[in-house]
Amino acid sequence: MNTRPQLMLTAGETALVDALAAAGSPAAETLRKEIVLRGLPTRRVEAWHYTDLRALMKAFPAQSGKAGNAVAMPELVAAAALDFAGNAFDSACLARLPQGVSGAAAHKPGDLPEGVEIADDMIGKLNRALFAAGVELSVAAGAKVETPIAIAQAVSGGTAQALCHAVTIGADAQVTVIERAGSDGAENHQNSVTHLAIGKGAKVTWLIHQELGTATDRLAQLNISLAEDANLTLLMLNAGGRLVRQEVHIAVNGENASLAIKGVNLIGAGSHTDVTTTLNHAVPNTTATELFRNVVPGAGRGVFQGQIRVAQPAQKTDAQMACNTLLLSDESDFSAKPELEIFADDVVCAHGATVADIEDEHLFYLRARGIPEREARALLVKAFVEEVFEDIGNEPLSEALVGRIETWLDRNG
Amino acid sequence: MIEIKNLHARIAEDGTEILKGLNLTVRPGEVAAIMGPNGSGKSTLSYVMAGKEDYEVTEGDILFNGESILGMEPDERAAAGLFLAFQYPVEIPGVPTMNFLKAAMNAQRKARGESELTTPDFIKRVKGAAANLGISMDMLKRSLNTGFSGGEKKRAEILQMSLLEPTFCVMDETDSGLDIDALKVVADGVNALRSPERAFLVITHYQRLLEHIVPDTVHVLYKGRIIKTGGKELALQLEEEGYADIIGEAA
Ligand SMILES: Nc1ncnc2c1ncn2[C@@H]1O[C@H](COP(=O)(O)OP(=O)(O)OP(=O)(O)O)[C@@H](O)[C@H]1O
Ligand SMILES: [Mg+2]
Repeated sequence: MNTRPQLMLTAGETALVDALAAAGSPAAETLRKEIVLRGLPTRRVEAWHYTDLRALMKAFPAQSGKAGNAVAMPELVAAAALDFAGNAFDSACLARLPQGVSGAAAHKPGDLPEGVEIADDMIGKLNRALFAAGVELSVAAGAKVETPIAIAQAVSGGTAQALCHAVTIGADAQVTVIERAGSDGAENHQNSVTHLAIGKGAKVTWLIHQELGTATDRLAQLNISLAEDANLTLLMLNAGGRLVRQEVHIAVNGENASLAIKGVNLIGAGSHTDVTTTLNHAVPNTTATELFRNVVPGAGRGVFQGQIRVAQPAQKTDAQMACNTLLLSDESDFSAKPELEIFADDVVCAHGATVADIEDEHLFYLRARGIPEREARALLVKAFVEEVFEDIGNEPLSEALVGRIETWLDRNG
Repeated sequence: MIEIKNLHARIAEDGTEILKGLNLTVRPGEVAAIMGPNGSGKSTLSYVMAGKEDYEVTEGDILFNGESILGMEPDERAAAGLFLAFQYPVEIPGVPTMNFLKAAMNAQRKARGESELTTPDFIKRVKGAAANLGISMDMLKRSLNTGFSGGEKKRAEILQMSLLEPTFCVMDETDSGLDIDALKVVADGVNALRSPERAFLVITHYQRLLEHIVPDTVHVLYKGRIIKTGGKELALQLEEEGYADIIGEAA
């Protein structure tokens, strides 16, 4: 006989189960049954080992995407902004799209880009179950788009919202896209999944910019495929939030494709911020670099999981990954889990993770020049993270990011 | 200007005593040179004066213009007019040299109750001082000391000294790593700062620097104490004879 003790749902799970019942779609019903039976993933599920969703998702708002969600979000650079009014994509925004870019509202969650596989994909399941809206964008082959495009998710007043976007970049096109997330101080829940297919020879700069209220949970995913000769610069700035998990899954499908990921995580008191990346190198001669710098000033916790898979045919892969963290208090915590799975023999792969406090020698040097301790510390923390965005080949964007980092550190450092 | 009285200092971590009853007085306007074998405690003395936490003073005192500085933080000592040109300046990646210079100059001005420099005034001062020391503005755009050659680091120290206008300057082996021409440039920079109100403590192993920056007094530091004091001729004597005789005499 197969008896399984009835699972006691947590408060967060109970609220989520109610929200899934209210959503009513077949996907929501399937997930509802799964959660009633097994609960949310815990640390026993490998992909969630450092982010025990069951323990960390403390609540789930009953109200979904009400109209009039307005959160002022810092504009980093002038961009064609695509906004959502409540749970509906504001189609009027499409008129702002620059030449070479076409768009439409998405009416269902899209499919994973070619070659992307995700283990224990709870973010995707939640997204499909609770999908509210999204946008489909396509950049024409050869288009050199100057104006950045910004896709925004702003949620406030104790609201849950799930968005799913699909972006296709045509061959040899060039474009910059900013994914922006903001929220107020209420208990909000954001879910966001974006599928990005980068065509042959295209050059994309993609920025994820998240500045969240201290009671907002955000589960987000960016799934990317790169064709031959494609080039991606993925920038990430995560600041604030209560439970934040940003996943990035990349399938490097075309030869000579290259990508660089540069991220900064500013992890405030009470925040659990997790960045999980998987790179799947499927073909020969591709390169990838990943650099994350994290600052945890107080009682916050950070997680970085970086997986690099190099399939047997993917000879001459060059993949480098580094994750450096400054822990500024005894209550700060960071877990880094680099993971290399290499089946090809002629590859260069390296990873390094460091966790440290500010170097005494650096601090003394600055103080010996008359800079008071507090100011000297702030200078060193800024230097540590700002270095990440130094050479991104876009001066105004670099300056804007540095400005946001300084504002955050002044308030939280 | 500086009076060091019976100074005993040990390494905080393991308690090893490095300075063992050191006495030294430097008057306003004076250039005092300190020489001594490797490991005798010269850099330690400079760090203790600057207020590095790695060392503990267990006995004695350091008076700066008649007041003890032992209870002061490193930045307070700097704002009071003390400057240490490091033997090994640290590289600080990510902090642009120009930002650092501005932060340091303004912090000291603020501590003294003066207003902050305007950007044009700041740039003008840096350009002037850099030109005198043969430092390019390109170098100053880089991160502090990061990837600077040995000689460039030493020049950058003297640049900071010129800009911060301290009244007591400790220079720890500023000559090491400098080529012959750079030595002359740096010495000229230091000589330009000489004034009746400013004193220097020049730590060096070589007479060569002292030909350019002529000292008023020369002190030999050995095993944590000053074992001999003399005029500039003492440096010449050391250059020719080494330390053996003087150490023998003192023992
Ligand atoms: N923080 C420290 N930890 C351990 N040992 C130290 C420390 N600081 C100084 N020492 C030791 O104290 C002694 C004096 O060192 P110091 O650097 O002052 O010598 P110095 O006279 O400047 O030598 P040099 O001419 O080689 O520069 C040395 O034996 C050195 O190893
Ligand atoms: Mg020394």
